[in-house]
Amino acid sequence: MPQIICRDLVLGYDKKIVSRNISFEVNRGDYLCIVGDNGSGKSTLMKALLGLLPTMGGSIELSDGLSQSDIGYLPQQTEHQRDFPASVEEVVLSGCIGHKGFLPIYRMSDKIRAHKNLRKLSIDGLQKRPYSELSGGQQQRVLLARALCAADRMILMDEPVSGLDPAATLEMYRITESLNRDDGMTVIMISHDIDAAVRYATHILHLAHEPLFFGTKEDYIKSGAYRGAGEGGINDETDA
Amino acid sequence: MRQTLDLLVEYFSYPFIRYAFIVGVLIALSSSLLGVILVLKRFSFIGDGLSHVAFGAMAVASVAGLTNNMLLVLPVTVIAAILLLRTGQNTRIKGDAAVAMISVGALAIGYLIMNMFSMSANVSGDVCSTLFGETAILTLSKLDVWLCIGMSVIVILFFILFYNKIFAVTFDENFASTTGMGVKGFNLAVAVITAFIIVLAMNLVGSLLISALVIFPALSSMRVFRTFKSVIISSALLSVICASLGIMISVLASTPVGATVVAVNIAAFGVFFAVGALVRRK
Ligand SMILES: Nc1ncnc2c1ncn2[C@@H]1O[C@H](COP(=O)(O)OP(=O)(O)OP(=O)(O)O)[C@@H](O)[C@H]1O
Ligand SMILES: [Mg+2]
Repeated sequence: MPQIICRDLVLGYDKKIVSRNISFEVNRGDYLCIVGDNGSGKSTLMKALLGLLPTMGGSIELSDGLSQSDIGYLPQQTEHQRDFPASVEEVVLSGCIGHKGFLPIYRMSDKIRAHKNLRKLSIDGLQKRPYSELSGGQQQRVLLARALCAADRMILMDEPVSGLDPAATLEMYRITESLNRDDGMTVIMISHDIDAAVRYATHILHLAHEPLFFGTKEDYIKSGAYRGAGEGGINDETDA
Repeated sequence: MRQTLDLLVEYFSYPFIRYAFIVGVLIALSSSLLGVILVLKRFSFIGDGLSHVAFGAMAVASVAGLTNNMLLVLPVTVIAAILLLRTGQNTRIKGDAAVAMISVGALAIGYLIMNMFSMSANVSGDVCSTLFGETAILTLSKLDVWLCIGMSVIVILFFILFYNKIFAVTFDENFASTTGMGVKGFNLAVAVITAFIIVLAMNLVGSLLISALVIFPALSSMRVFRTFKSVIISSALLSVICASLGIMISVLASTPVGATVVAVNIAAFGVFFAVGALVRRK
């Protein structure tokens, strides 16, 4: 059952094109990894999928009853958030902001949902702690819990493991795998770790301004894009 | 001590002192609430830039001989606020550079206009009181007071009704818009409210010192507190206390109101800084 169908997408900022000819499909329950060099337009594609950036051509079609606000989002971490005064609880609850309610306060159901997600990611002991004083891995889980409060059918993750130590990285992959397998969530993850992408994902989209590859993991391993990426030399025309 | 109190009571029996006190405290309260948003969104200098725009507009208005300056100053400042907040993201000129450009530009043009066309005998006196707000706070009309009360009520209601959204957008604007909340409309509201507060606050501290009222309470509170709610509450309380103290001191010691309030805020920042360092060390 397709949830997202992209056809001949052209993306960019201020009329400057970053990437073109992007076509791919995401089905319910897929685990899609988007790989590619710095500046190849991965985050840009994700912003377009979330409706944060207007497309310059082509189309993004959401089906299977999915709407833009059913997509959870784990952003690439920015410095801005790191010294923000906020407790873990405040951050996670803010995922519920889109739920319609008449009163300007969070409903009981929102609070329950927030706690469930805190427990699911085993950070329920941290809820009163300041977000800024957590480790990178813990912060990442807090943001994931927030995303899960916002949406439970599909999640977009922008480099969720960058800056994490090996143990925290492994834990993040394990959590993602469980969301995908046990909760049936569709996962779209941007990653620089091609080995992990090949290990966990069901599908791969390899970007270099134009897609070098889109298809299942099995086909990707046989493709030139994968072998090229392994040697680190196929898309050296990026501006990174 | 007894004498000081008596003196205060005597001063506060004058309506214009009472007005100044009410207006001063309300402005301090509103600008500190808004300040939390502006500081956290890295828009601290917007307050500064807008106040300079307001100064320029004020210069034009007084030279043009308008009976009510607000008719020109308010719309100009609101438009500038909307333009400046929009440049915060996704544009070629970086937000802070745009603010700096507009801000010094308006300041220079305003001063130039006042010098060239003013009929007043004491141009530098006029300029000085617009910049530092020496006299305006003591010559408030009843209308000004009501305007201020109305504005503060709007700001406080905005904070109560949209508290959760304020947190979500300030913490992570992109994420907030993915949840389907109208971030653009929200930012517009913040811009307009900021402009109103700046224009009102010009009465209290003059245009050069407004950003102090906006940023100090938030920055002080962030030295000590680590959650959003506590920072908001602390900023509001701190700002009200500093403004009250500052106004009373200035009445007793006949110092300039705006500068005194800012000085008290600076002292408070010092205290919060020390407390923050102590708490962190433990
Ligand atoms: N807000 C923006 N305005 C203008 N250009 C941008 C903006 N954001 C990104 N770009 C440009 O778009 C291109 C793609 O950026 P993008 O962030 O999508 O790369 P990425 O693949 O996510 O890289 P990374 O691996 O470093 O995260 C880059 O050349 C970048 O300079
Ligand atoms: Mg990126």
